[in-house]
Amino acid sequence: MKCDNCNKQATVHLTEIRNGKKIEKHLCEQCAAASEGVPAAKQHTPINELLTNFVMAHSGLSKDMGSTCEHCGVTWSEFRQSGLFGCQHDYDVFEKDLAPLLQRAHEGATHHVGKSPARATRGGEAAPAAAAPARPRKTVDLPRLRKELARAVEMEDYERAAKLRDQIREAEGEL
Amino acid sequence: MKLGDLTNHAGEWLRGSGPMSDIVISTRVRLARNISGFPFLARASRHQRQLLESRLREVVLACNLAPQVFYVDLEAAPEIDRQLLVERHLISRPHAAAEGARGVAVADDETASVMVNEEDHLRIQVLRSGLQLDQAWEQISRIDDLLESHLDFAYHARFGYLTACPTNVGTGLRVSVMLHLPALKLTGEIEKVFRAAKDLRLAVRGLYGEGTEATGDFYQISNQTTLGRSEEDVIGEFKLQVIPKIIDYEHHARRTLLNDRTVALDDKVCRALGILRSARLLASEETLFLLSHLRMGVNLERLKDISVNTINELFLLTQPAHLQKIQGRRLEGDLRRAARADYIRQRLNGN
Repeated sequence: MKCDNCNKQATVHLTEIRNGKKIEKHLCEQCAAASEGVPAAKQHTPINELLTNFVMAHSGLSKDMGSTCEHCGVTWSEFRQSGLFGCQHDYDVFEKDLAPLLQRAHEGATHHVGKSPARATRGGEAAPAAAAPARPRKTVDLPRLRKELARAVEMEDYERAAKLRDQIREAEGEL
Repeated sequence: MKLGDLTNHAGEWLRGSGPMSDIVISTRVRLARNISGFPFLARASRHQRQLLESRLREVVLACNLAPQVFYVDLEAAPEIDRQLLVERHLISRPHAAAEGARGVAVADDETASVMVNEEDHLRIQVLRSGLQLDQAWEQISRIDDLLESHLDFAYHARFGYLTACPTNVGTGLRVSVMLHLPALKLTGEIEKVFRAAKDLRLAVRGLYGEGTEATGDFYQISNQTTLGRSEEDVIGEFKLQVIPKIIDYEHHARRTLLNDRTVALDDKVCRALGILRSARLLASEETLFLLSHLRMGVNLERLKDISVNTINELFLLTQPAHLQKIQGRRLEGDLRRAARADYIRQRLNGN
């Protein structure tokens, strides 16, 4: 569809009711920006988003990769469909998205209260049991580094993010 | 003990001997546990599933959960045996219907069972007659400790015991109390119980738990919150607030029926007895409703020559898998309904 004013592609479509009459307008981005009564499109990207994209791009970490578990391959949307996680690590991988869900399901709770195993010395990064296939140390470290990187970016700690990025590159180079 | 030996009697939880057993049928607690280092079952390969099953079977049997324990390999078990275990509340319906390596360890007195490879690697359950919340919790916690001394459970500093579904995460504890509430149903006040339960974030379900309708005036009340509240806290709320209140309501409704609507009450009870003593074809759902009224009549001493124990046994033994096991053959449709009616007539006219 062509713009009402010029011959460019129309990307803004407006429907207005004036004195009971329906008026439709089709405009290109420039004409829309110039015309009155059209909400201005978001022109600029915030600086932290730019930086996030930059760091992500240079660390080999895309935004989507952050929401896939490296251990079992489950993605957030797969979890939302089935309601089931694929492995214990998902609770760390999706911790941020999960927290509000848990609060809704558990009367606003955010932390466990109650019994714990006598041998619980580990945190979320539970060591694999003896029966589980042993993983080479490096591949265990990489997901952690990536997670820390994502967290550093989120906290806008770019100095630390850059360091982590270098560490990730180095580890990947060695593999 | 073998599975076949179970068919002739009711399990401990149906003996009708526990505290408050005129209203509380049973107390059930379960814990969900997973083994660290293995994927949850939705993502486990066939091989990992088999590994888990054989390892967990070995541990569960070595742990002496009870003086005598038997194990049923559910992948190999015929459908009727799996159904039998569901009717006895020893396994869940999904566990019976699932595929792949899985099983259940059952204590001889049927107060405890451990499902292997259900939704979580382990689902431990304790089932007791009447209202026995503290005893049930004590027993299950001890079993949990025994298993934990051999296994590395997936545990998280923030989220507690990790489960396949986050609705169970934290304690992994589900407390379910099965109640018989015929008077509240008859006086139309049962909705009040539902609303009160909902306000306390409790679920009300039917005879077989999740996804089942309430039949024969049996209602299962269970907690939904597993994160941020300790086991003792949840048990305590059931013991001190929720269940006593519902028991009071039901007692009140029973007294009202007894004082103000005696004839209507007797009519319900005697009709139920009449049908059960005379019918030639009985469907399983109809049987539940009739037995429910009969049970109320016995508890209110409107009927004196039938024991609660007999009624409890009939509840169990007239269900499809039990009936077919007792008869020793496959029964469908009218044949099954006829066998059910025959069995009940014989039991109720005989004593």
